[in-house]
Amino acid sequence: MSKEWPLYEIFIRGQHGLSHRHVGSLHAPDAETAIKNARDVYTRRNEGVSIWVVEAAAITATAPGDKGPIFEPSESKIYRHPTFYDIPDEIGHM
Amino acid sequence: MYAQMVKSTGTGVKSLDEMEPEERAFQEKVDADIRIEARDWMPEGYRKTLIRQIGQHAHSEIVGQLPEGNWITRAPTLERKMILLAKVQDEAGHGLYLYSAAETLGVTRDEMTEMLLSGKMKYSSIFNYPTLTWADIGAVGWLVDGAAIMNQVPLQRTSYGPYSRAMIRICKEESFHQRQGYDIMMKMAKGSEAQKRMAQDALNRFWYPSLMMFGPSDANSVHSEQSMAWKIKINSNDELRRKFVDQTVPQAEYLGLTVPDDTLAWNEEKGGYDFAEPDWDEFFDVLKGAGPANHDRLEARKTAWDDGAWVRDGLTAHAEKKRTAKVAAE
Ligand SMILES: [Fe+2]
Ligand SMILES: [Fe+2]
Repeated sequence: MSKEWPLYEIFIRGQHGLSHRHVGSLHAPDAETAIKNARDVYTRRNEGVSIWVVEAAAITATAPGDKGPIFEPSESKIYRHPTFYDIPDEIGHM
Repeated sequence: MYAQMVKSTGTGVKSLDEMEPEERAFQEKVDADIRIEARDWMPEGYRKTLIRQIGQHAHSEIVGQLPEGNWITRAPTLERKMILLAKVQDEAGHGLYLYSAAETLGVTRDEMTEMLLSGKMKYSSIFNYPTLTWADIGAVGWLVDGAAIMNQVPLQRTSYGPYSRAMIRICKEESFHQRQGYDIMMKMAKGSEAQKRMAQDALNRFWYPSLMMFGPSDANSVHSEQSMAWKIKINSNDELRRKFVDQTVPQAEYLGLTVPDDTLAWNEEKGGYDFAEPDWDEFFDVLKGAGPANHDRLEARKTAWDDGAWVRDGLTAHAEKKRTAKVAAE
C-alpha cells in the first residue's frame, strides 16, 4: 500500500471582516494542493473569500483532562465583566 | 438510511449504577446532550460502532456517485448535465466529511478504503440497483436522497461532535438534491405518454429498495438499543420508514403516479399510511452481495483505487522532492 497523504485542517474566512473558521479537513500531498482541494470541497456555494490550510500534525492542543486547571480559574473572576460594577443611571451609558 | 445494519459491540445496555466512573461520566454527558469530542474518554464499543457506522455512511456517499455518474454524459440538456454534475460532486464532499469524522476515531482513510474494497465494510443496499433510464435519476434524487435526508436530519444531534458537524454540513446540501430529482420527475410525469411510463417504471423499481434504506424492521433490528442509548441512532428504523411513506405518497399523487403497493391505504386512526413491507429476503441477499449491481460497483471502486495509485504516489514523491529542495536552499 502506498504512503497516505498527510491530513490538513481547513480554515475559511466566510466574509470580509470576519476571522477564519475551522470548517473541516482533507488529505493532500502538499499545502498547495490542499488549498485547491479545499476550494473545491468547502467553497462551492460562495462560502469563502480566503482559505488557510495547516497540516494537522502541526497543531498543538490542550488535553481534555487539563480542562479544569486551564479553564476553571477564570470562572471565579467575575470582576472581569462590566456587569460586576453598579454605575448610577444618571451617569448614562458607560 | 445509509448505515443499515451496524453491529454494535456493546453487550446489552448497562444502567448508570453498573458503570465504572469513567463510563458513567461519559454516559451522563451523552444524556445531557453534551457532545463527545475525539480526545475525550469513550467506551471502546462506542468508538468501534461509530467507525463502522460513519464508515458505512461515507462509503455509501462515494459508491452512491456511481449510479448517477452513469447518466452525466447522457443527461438530456446541458443544464441537467451541470445540475447532475454538481449533485454528484456534493456526494464526493459528503464522503470526505464523513471519512474525516471517522478518522478522528483512530482509523485511517486508506484503511477504510481497503476495508470497503475487501468487502469487510458495507455501503447502503440501495446503490446496488442500476439506473436504467433518465427517469431513474429523478427517482434517485426524489426517493433516495429523500430517504437519506429523513435519516440524516435527526443525526445532526448525534452525540459524537465530528459526526454531528459532518451531518449539519451534509443536510445543508441535501435539499437541493431531492428538489432537483423531483423536478425531473415533474417534467417526466407531465410529459409525453412515453415519458410518463418511464417515470412510473422508475417509481416501481425504486419504491421498495428505498424503503429498505431504513434497515430491517424493529423486531429484527438487534443492535438498536445500545446505539440509541449512545445517541448515535436517534429514531427506530420503522419510525423513519413510516415518516418517509407519509411524506412521499402525497408527492407521488401530485405527480399522478401510482405507488406500487396494492395494500397502501390511509389509516385515519393512526394518522398515517398502512403499507407493505419490502421483501426482506431480497434485502439480505443484496447486502450479502447478490444484488443486480454489487459486482459492478465494487469493481468500479477497485479500478479507480488501483488505477489512481501511480497518481497518489507521484504527487507524494513530488511533494517530498519540493520539501527537500526547500530545506537544501535554506
Ligand atoms: Fe449525500
Ligand atoms: Fe445527496
